[in-house]
Amino acid sequence: MNSRTVAFVLNAGLVFLALITLTPVVWMVSASFMFPGEASTAPLHFFPTHPTLEHYRVLAERLHVGRYFLNSFVIASAVTVISLVFNSMAGYVFAKYQFPGRDKLFRFLLAGMIVPAQVTMLPLFLMLKTMGLINTYVGVIIPGLASIFGIFLIRQFAGSIPDSLIEAARIDGASEFKVYRSVVLPLCKPILLTLALFTFMGTWNDFMWPLIIMTDNANYTLPVAIANLKGEHLLDLELMMAGSVVTILPVLILFLAFQRHYVRGIMVGGVKE
Amino acid sequence: MSSGMRGHDNHTAAAWLFLAPSLTAIAVFFVIPVLSALVMSFTDFDIYAVGNLNVVRFMGFRNYIRIFETPLFWKALKNTFYFVLVGGPLSVAVSLGTALMVNSKLARFKPFYRTVYFLPVVTSLVAVAVVWRYLYHPAHGLLNLALSFFGVAPIDWLGNPDIAMPAIVVLAVWKNFGYNMLIFIAGLQNIPEDLYEAAHIDGAGGWRQFVDITIPMLAPTTVFVVMITVIGYFQLFAEPYIMTEGGPMNATMSVVLMMYEQGFRWWNMGFAAAIAFVLFAVILIFSILQLIIQRRLQQ
Repeated sequence: MNSRTVAFVLNAGLVFLALITLTPVVWMVSASFMFPGEASTAPLHFFPTHPTLEHYRVLAERLHVGRYFLNSFVIASAVTVISLVFNSMAGYVFAKYQFPGRDKLFRFLLAGMIVPAQVTMLPLFLMLKTMGLINTYVGVIIPGLASIFGIFLIRQFAGSIPDSLIEAARIDGASEFKVYRSVVLPLCKPILLTLALFTFMGTWNDFMWPLIIMTDNANYTLPVAIANLKGEHLLDLELMMAGSVVTILPVLILFLAFQRHYVRGIMVGGVKE
Repeated sequence: MSSGMRGHDNHTAAAWLFLAPSLTAIAVFFVIPVLSALVMSFTDFDIYAVGNLNVVRFMGFRNYIRIFETPLFWKALKNTFYFVLVGGPLSVAVSLGTALMVNSKLARFKPFYRTVYFLPVVTSLVAVAVVWRYLYHPAHGLLNLALSFFGVAPIDWLGNPDIAMPAIVVLAVWKNFGYNMLIFIAGLQNIPEDLYEAAHIDGAGGWRQFVDITIPMLAPTTVFVVMITVIGYFQLFAEPYIMTEGGPMNATMSVVLMMYEQGFRWWNMGFAAAIAFVLFAVILIFSILQLIIQRRLQQ
């Protein structure tokens, strides 16, 4: 094979793979604009013959999708803000402070990453139940308060901050908190943005924990609401697609807008020590 | 690290103050629950105990013995292993293949493809599982329509016990391959270009270069990717929960789905905790194996 043939085959493969990747997503959007039953009527067609916003109207007016959207948004935002503060302080310490037991503690935390979250769920549920936090935002937020992965990510990045900058601030009389707030945090901005995206999207998409904690319909997050909707509206394909669009679209837009920053997280997280 | 910081008590105090919020959260809402789950797995914690802790009795290893005597658990374990051992390698292979294609000098519009292939990764698994449920519909799903052009008779993807699990694997690979692809691309870009140039001068063709340079240089990345993929795939839950509810005939029942049903549907929490720890043990064994392989590679 000459290189022109190879190039053609390769690029054709890339196009084919892109079609496979995009088809389910494009079909979801397309079907959400179809009339009830249209997507499953023979002959099957990909695009709506007469686009309608009916399903979005039903979702908004009858099925309280605005409420679920708000629940998801508040929970994801709260987890993002709180965990960013907690993780950045800890990551900074592991990168720049020396104290006995530091490395042992860090290794202990890293080892914790291997424990599947499901192990904690049963006792955590009982703990939150005695605290009266079942069916509350706080209950869903709690396991996300701090993340070992987040601490790791910040530590990797903060390690590259020159010690001289930190020392200079100390010599100028800055308190330890001031050094963190005015020197370290601004320098960590890129990784903070990356971690914020990871956390927000991860919490938005999280399913099992909110499914366990939120027992009242009004408190469902979008994924839990979609899973629940499936029970009653399984046959309303077009409506379900509209619900899926509402669930997916916000994170998709966020990702497309901040792609570069999101990808950096995978690169930093994927590089071994 | 400047040695000047060492020995300053106020620095150590500040360090612990900075650590306090995250360490407290991790200790209270992670470490304590893990230990409690371990204790719980040796008790008969059930729906009565949820209301009144005094009725909990210590059972020794009875939960664990019961797990291994429950045919459904073996089924769930078998299904989960199928998902990990078939889906994992398939996912890694697709990721690697795509990374090689996107990274090739002959590929055009690379950033575009990278973005497109990554899109499914950021979508909500629940939402795409719902979408795929319809794509897999035997009578009016798009997949069977597409296959009909090639003369393939309609397939009941999620209704046939032999095909339901492979169908879930396909969804998972579609959803995940973009993530590992990016890690592989980073790994490929870290391979020094002059290695290839030297091999080229020595007369090594494309395939030889791939076998002699790309594969060994990519080995550490591959071990890392396999590790995170395997750990993630062992926790299979939302796909069967949404698409098949564990059916048909428990063909897609996974260990985590079984734990969820035992713990949060039937409130057999002691039993469910034991299931969770068996899963943890399995993941631990796999991780240790991978670490050993990693050590070998580094030598």
